[in-house]
Amino acid sequence: MIRGISSIFRREFASYFATPVAIVFLVIYLVISGIFTFFVGGFYERGQADLEPFFAYQPWLFLFLIPAIAMRLWAEERKSGTIELLLTLPISPSAAIIGKFLAAWAFIAVAVAFTAPVWITVNYLGNPDNGVIIASYIGTLLMAGGYLAIGAAMSALSKNQVIAFVLAIAICFVFTVSGLPMVLGFFEGWAPDWFTSLVAGFSFLTRFSAISKGVLDFRDLLYFLSLIALWLFLGRMIIDAKKEVG
Amino acid sequence: MIKADALLRRFGSFTAVNGISFEVRRGEVLGLLGPNGAGKTTSIKMLTGYLPPTSGQAFICGHDVALNPEKAREVLGYLPEGAPLYEDMTPLAFLRFVGRVRGIRADALESACARAASAVHIGPVLHQPIETLSKGYRRRVGLAQAILHDPKVLILDEPTDGLDPNQKFEVRRLIEDMAPDKAIIISTHILEEVEALCSRVIIIDAGRIVADGTPAELKRRSRSHGTVSIELLQDKGDTAVTVLEKMEGVTQIERHDNADYSNLVLYPVQGMALLDPVRAALDDAGIAVRQISLEAGRLEEVFRTLTHTDPATDSVRAEEEALS
Repeated sequence: MIRGISSIFRREFASYFATPVAIVFLVIYLVISGIFTFFVGGFYERGQADLEPFFAYQPWLFLFLIPAIAMRLWAEERKSGTIELLLTLPISPSAAIIGKFLAAWAFIAVAVAFTAPVWITVNYLGNPDNGVIIASYIGTLLMAGGYLAIGAAMSALSKNQVIAFVLAIAICFVFTVSGLPMVLGFFEGWAPDWFTSLVAGFSFLTRFSAISKGVLDFRDLLYFLSLIALWLFLGRMIIDAKKEVG
Repeated sequence: MIKADALLRRFGSFTAVNGISFEVRRGEVLGLLGPNGAGKTTSIKMLTGYLPPTSGQAFICGHDVALNPEKAREVLGYLPEGAPLYEDMTPLAFLRFVGRVRGIRADALESACARAASAVHIGPVLHQPIETLSKGYRRRVGLAQAILHDPKVLILDEPTDGLDPNQKFEVRRLIEDMAPDKAIIISTHILEEVEALCSRVIIIDAGRIVADGTPAELKRRSRSHGTVSIELLQDKGDTAVTVLEKMEGVTQIERHDNADYSNLVLYPVQGMALLDPVRAALDDAGIAVRQISLEAGRLEEVFRTLTHTDPATDSVRAEEEALS
């Protein structure tokens, strides 16, 4: 199992850098992150030494960029036929799923690590609470993992990458906005309170903003990790089901 | 070492493979023949465990492919249809990847890759991205991947498709060299390949086995088996026909005339040896023969009489869609 995961991980991780995917993703991610942080978020104008303007827009950025990374994971294998090669090697499909997921996650972590200059800048300009920033970075990665697991499962559904991309955005969108006042307001008043807080509890936004206030609650951690596990499991089910129909 | 036990596969209401059973022993090379859409590829996908059978079982070296897939795949080398490869990798990186997944130890990995690469002659392109390679090289990279771990069982879906005649010859020789201590299945459309390579042939049509035997046995079932062809000067044609028509055991004579010569084809009564009597009869009549030969039979004829699937029928499309 470990051998399978690590071999798949190595191949997948290297493949990002063998193609223009890595450079295009890194550049776009960093440029858009910069625009949101400095222009939309008003990083300088706020006059506060923190990275809130940076982290606040990460969920919205990930909503589009991570499905773009995830869409090729299985759709490409299916299209080129390599899925047959991969799944007839002596490893379990789970090892392939986990290896691919971890490689994509590690690649996103590399992209996120490239935002470190903003962190250095804010330390140069003032005295931010670095604990909050570290928690926010951890939250960012967990959230990225959630989006990625959803995207990977959607990628297993189709050999068409565009379909995988759109489906992933749709589902990620639901998981993102379910915490917005707009959505919660729709339920408030007629639905029971527990239901409204359940909907809010499923939101990446609610969880992420809790973490990015500097509170790394065990429940938030558990939420993201079990969400990842659930969607990876669903991905496995989809791959098996697709084989069942041929 | 390979065993298919009543393998059956349905896609919706369409039965692609309808209960096929066979065994392949060590040292055997089995040729799987059949028209497009007959169920060859579906059968192979079930043997390798990629596609779960609707019913029936497949075994590789005694391991049930469905229950113990990883054990079965460790001893299996597989070239899927179309030789799919990771386009962005170089052949060397690809072979290393497959080797690592197969658990070849780091110190043995380089020599295993070098051995497989030299067996299929891909040395010159080892460091070029696979997407830039010709069809022939890609097919050979796929083969290298299949033989990397020196497996006991090899299953090759159209191994020589897209190769030029020289490369085909090389691949056949490679398979022949490996044959004595492996069990090999190759699926192919190319009948001459079956004659050159296979110790046994199975013909599949519409999901069923319609013939199973050595190439020689199958050829015996063809109409032209045992026929005698004679070439002689055209002016001797009429006399020869008169003489031969009277012979016992000749059921039919076909005659084709060209500029100077007549070609006669004699069909015998089932199982009758005609060559020697014909030769003797012509000698007695004083007719000089330019060429005389005995036909062993043609696999192509057997294939055409046993299989009916028209490549354009719905069943083919149904299978292709289901597999896509």
